[in-house]
Amino acid sequence: MIMSDAIFSRPTHTFDGMMEECSPSTVSIREFGCEQNLLSRSDGSASFIQGNTSVLAAVYGPAEVKVSKEIYDRATLEVIIQPKVGLPSVKERAQEQCVRETCEASLLLSLHPRSSLTLVLQELHNDGSLLSCFLNAGCMAMMDAGLPMSCLFCGVTCAIHTDGTIITDPTAAQEAESRALMTFAIDSKEHQVMMTSTKGSFSVQEMQQCIAVSQAASEKIFSFHRESLRRRYSKSV
Amino acid sequence: MAAGFKTADPLEYHRSFLKENCRPDGRELHEFRTTTVNIGSISTADGSALVKLGNTTVICGVKAELANPSVEATGKGFIVPNVDLPPLCSSQFRPGPPGEQAQAASQFMADIIESSEMLQMEDLCIERGKLCWSLYCDLICLDYDGNLLDACALTMLAALKNTRLPKVRVNGETGAPEVDLGKRRGLKIRRHPVAASFCIFDDSVLLVDPAAEEEQLATARLTVVTDEEGRLCGVHKPGGTPLSGERLQELIGRATVRQKEIHRLIDKVIKSIV
Repeated sequence: MIMSDAIFSRPTHTFDGMMEECSPSTVSIREFGCEQNLLSRSDGSASFIQGNTSVLAAVYGPAEVKVSKEIYDRATLEVIIQPKVGLPSVKERAQEQCVRETCEASLLLSLHPRSSLTLVLQELHNDGSLLSCFLNAGCMAMMDAGLPMSCLFCGVTCAIHTDGTIITDPTAAQEAESRALMTFAIDSKEHQVMMTSTKGSFSVQEMQQCIAVSQAASEKIFSFHRESLRRRYSKSV
Repeated sequence: MAAGFKTADPLEYHRSFLKENCRPDGRELHEFRTTTVNIGSISTADGSALVKLGNTTVICGVKAELANPSVEATGKGFIVPNVDLPPLCSSQFRPGPPGEQAQAASQFMADIIESSEMLQMEDLCIERGKLCWSLYCDLICLDYDGNLLDACALTMLAALKNTRLPKVRVNGETGAPEVDLGKRRGLKIRRHPVAASFCIFDDSVLLVDPAAEEEQLATARLTVVTDEEGRLCGVHKPGGTPLSGERLQELIGRATVRQKEIHRLIDKVIKSIV
């Protein structure tokens, strides 16, 4: 199911405090889409596409856990990121940590003590905003697996161009010519920031603007979540 | 009795302290631990520093090697940070290849160098396309009591400030490098990025500079890196409890104050040695 962002024109989320208001017209994210339940062996799977960036995710579990990794009061979550070429490096480890801790915060892990959950993320193509695509694919796969979660989350990447404009969901070319790059994970309950990962230097105002823009963009992704679930579980007439 | 309480229910033990607005080690909620910096601790390294943040101890040695510049960036040198968490520093680390935390910390150090532009890679070039410096910053944790990222970032900065590279000349006839170990020159550090870490307890209480136990019980961790101009060079929050923009603003304010304190401390230490 591919959905362009033009379909949605929801009222913007309002922010208080020093955060800037941003109109929906300024927030444009690339066309995105998702397919769930496409692998037969996994307990949940999804592929997420943002423009040309594409990630395949699979969830296994709750299953038996290695004794050394067992946690007595909650499930052990393991995230594995596979790059398109070569072996996972230090960069992938750092991304794994970000995705894992975000998932840990949204999953109700205490419902499955002494068990293991594995999320495997395979990069299929990278055209910018890869970390946010990992987050989105991971969330869709966990939903498909039917794991109990306290909230959903989505990933949004913002790039600050050398002239100061903020680009949401940048392509690889836009990322290369930006002076700062930020990825946020936004939760669906209060639209607050669950994860941040940044590159480059920027001012405090710029970061607040980027958060506001990401929160507005997250609205589109969350309504997509809602829409895709509604289609999947509604009885076809 | 207190020791039993701590082992049986560490979370409740910490809560009982936080209710009174203090922490088990006697600190206030927004207080950093005593920070000690020692530079030039390893005489055989080109630059070194030892930092203690409460009990957390990190040592860094900078080794400079001559290398060939990469084909894509002929006028640039290299700087390679590496964080090691040996089993010596805490029971939570096992011998063997570096774990996720060590690798993530190494990546974070590399990100700080790149994002803050503390060092221009062009400064490490000796002769364009032929010869450049490759600086290996090896960070080893000797005692792990939480807040590794702050300690590592500070140790690396202090060690780089302490680094003095020998003079190198490329022989015109043979093309071989000639190193003059007697004449050394310091690196030009353009920015002073300082990390400040926080953790969130029970989804609400904010703690500054968490110790190992607090870190383990926390629901979220966050590290903010700022430079002397108040610009942010990195906001790293790997996950956990969601935070609002206002809350982040508060943390950034605290991190800016910390940057000033640490910058002053480093300047004082550097001056004391010259």
